[in-house]
Amino acid sequence: MKYVDEFRDGELAKGIAARIANEADPSRTYHFMEFCGGHTHAISRYGVKDLLPASVVMVHGPGCPVCVLPIGRIDMAIELAIREKAILCTYADTMRVPASGGLSLMKAKAKGADIRMVYSASDALRIAQENPGREVVFLAIGFETTTPPTALVVKQAAALGLANFSVFCNHVLTPAAISHILESPEVRELGTVKIDGFVGPAHVSTIIGSQPYDYFAEEYAKPVVIAGFEPLDVMQAILMLVRQVNEGRAEVENEFSRAVTADGNAKAKALVAEIFELRRAFEWRGLGRVPYSALRLKDEWAAFDAERRFDMPERSVPDNKACECGAILRGVKKPVDCKVFGTACTPETPMGSCMVSSEGACAAHYTYGRFRNAA
Amino acid sequence: MSTVRTGYVRPLDVKRGLVDMSHGSGGRAMAQLIDELFLAAFDNEWLREMNDQARVPMPAGRLVIATDSHVVSPLFFPGGDIGCLSVHGTINDVAMAGAKPLYLTSGFILEEGYPLADLKRIVESMAAAAREAGVPIVTGDTKVVEQGKGDGVFINTTGVGVVLEGVDVSGAHARPGDAILVSGTLGDHGVAIMSLRENLTFETTIQSDTASLHTLVAAMVEAVPGIRTLRDPTRGGLATTLNEIARQSKAGMTIREAAIPVRPEVSAACEFLGLDPLYVANEGKLVAICAPEDAARLLAAMRAHPQGRDSAIIGEVVADANHFVQMETGFGGRRMVDWLAGEQLPRIC
Repeated sequence: MKYVDEFRDGELAKGIAARIANEADPSRTYHFMEFCGGHTHAISRYGVKDLLPASVVMVHGPGCPVCVLPIGRIDMAIELAIREKAILCTYADTMRVPASGGLSLMKAKAKGADIRMVYSASDALRIAQENPGREVVFLAIGFETTTPPTALVVKQAAALGLANFSVFCNHVLTPAAISHILESPEVRELGTVKIDGFVGPAHVSTIIGSQPYDYFAEEYAKPVVIAGFEPLDVMQAILMLVRQVNEGRAEVENEFSRAVTADGNAKAKALVAEIFELRRAFEWRGLGRVPYSALRLKDEWAAFDAERRFDMPERSVPDNKACECGAILRGVKKPVDCKVFGTACTPETPMGSCMVSSEGACAAHYTYGRFRNAA
Repeated sequence: MSTVRTGYVRPLDVKRGLVDMSHGSGGRAMAQLIDELFLAAFDNEWLREMNDQARVPMPAGRLVIATDSHVVSPLFFPGGDIGCLSVHGTINDVAMAGAKPLYLTSGFILEEGYPLADLKRIVESMAAAAREAGVPIVTGDTKVVEQGKGDGVFINTTGVGVVLEGVDVSGAHARPGDAILVSGTLGDHGVAIMSLRENLTFETTIQSDTASLHTLVAAMVEAVPGIRTLRDPTRGGLATTLNEIARQSKAGMTIREAAIPVRPEVSAACEFLGLDPLYVANEGKLVAICAPEDAARLLAAMRAHPQGRDSAIIGEVVADANHFVQMETGFGGRRMVDWLAGEQLPRIC
């Protein structure tokens, strides 16, 4: 496959692996957090770990849009589908996230709620056009990558005068989550999570650019290397991070220069700014309430905001006590540190959200990597 | 089956007619449907006897029986339709015992309102597939369900075959050291089907690989009578099939990603849908496991057959108490190839 296989080339990988092994100082360790689930997935799926020296340790971050969605928000969506008899449209992985009372969107669907899986926000808009007599709600989730398409359908719905379409907005922001992790007591004071640098987001950065990360590099003295989601991208980024650490630098570097610029996608950013505004705070699974970390529709688009159109009281539901998703999303714990990992919690019967999406740290480790822990 | 006197009924209006409840009632309309559609297409000496069962000769050897219900959506897809698929699927299930398939039965569940013209296309495709395979459909059954209670057409087929003494093929027979082979490119059927799903629709030149594999199996069994395991990786794809065999044989497996044949179009479609070709369905491919010393001979026999031209040795069976299937990635690392969890869902980000 042209333009894809080149970034999965085993021979090139060997070359980078040799350079990392050669340049990494064996007397110290390097802890790098890959923020995105896309990176977590690539590392597990291609066996990147096997190409790294023991001194380089990858820590999974919270950048999996499905994983950070708290139980309360899923409950609210299910209620909307059941109580308002709305057609609820959402992206695939969201369907399996566990909600309260043993439910999930998929189970609610089996009970008769009209919940549909879509590939894009515009599919949801089309469903609204085809069902003028029904309320159609798009359960919008994701980081900056999936936000512009949601903004676009809101504009289109307004232009079409669609009175039966609305968005249940759960779009969240990457920089806010990174600051939150760097400000967390585990990283700042206790030192229980050692982070020497970040593998920065790929697709998110195509929208927001590399510039928003300058703050982390400067303020927290942590190197950031923006990297694509292909395994060679990840390897190259790790090499660049090792070099920064060795040279005592803390800069934003861009490995994903084939897609990311300093300023990002101006058109997409303008579109998002036109439709959305910051929420004062938003609950993340694992991180709790994070200030200014999510978006909602501006007042002028209120007609398309499901939270204002329907009576949807905010709900906050604690995670299952045995589930360590919170600590795993903050990088404090690894999937195998969780007592229910691979026993009560499996991809078939997920208790926590990290076991749901293939980008979740637990699902990735269970599906691709658990042979490493086998006796 | 009862006979219909010709002459006092108008012929079935295949062009404009629809299936209605009377076609499953056991009355004249049903007899007419059977006569003019099924019997006309499947015609053979056993069916012509018009009994509720078929009495057929059996050659020596052990009897092999397999049954398969087909509920594919959409009913027509690039490279085939539910009719030929229902013949191929069951013939393959019989053949995967190293057996020669002899007879098929067919059970139709039709939804009220389904166009007779489409039904005719399906039945004729089924008849053509059975004829091409040399396996007659010797008895059958038709039921009609009310509108909304079916999905157009469901077809169950049962196959009967015979396996010669000395051939002992089973998913439980894989042993550490054995070679794992596949008969060609993976994922073609699943991607062809997915290209037509209503919420997806993308254009592709990929055709379903649906085919009867019994002549390929016959050539393989002749070359290596001691072949240990044969299985067609249908639903759940290669990954699921290997995990099933690993569990049955209480062994592990190691496969090499670089050795697994996948068409570039299929890997491209999987790439943008967020799917893994190892989990995508096939309807005309098989997985074979044999002793390491037989591997070269088996591979040569497979490649000499038109259905096995792209065959490859993809890995080996290993001793593993956890029965894990592991893969050396093309990238140079290692990962598990696990059971499929839930449905294969696309990734969003």
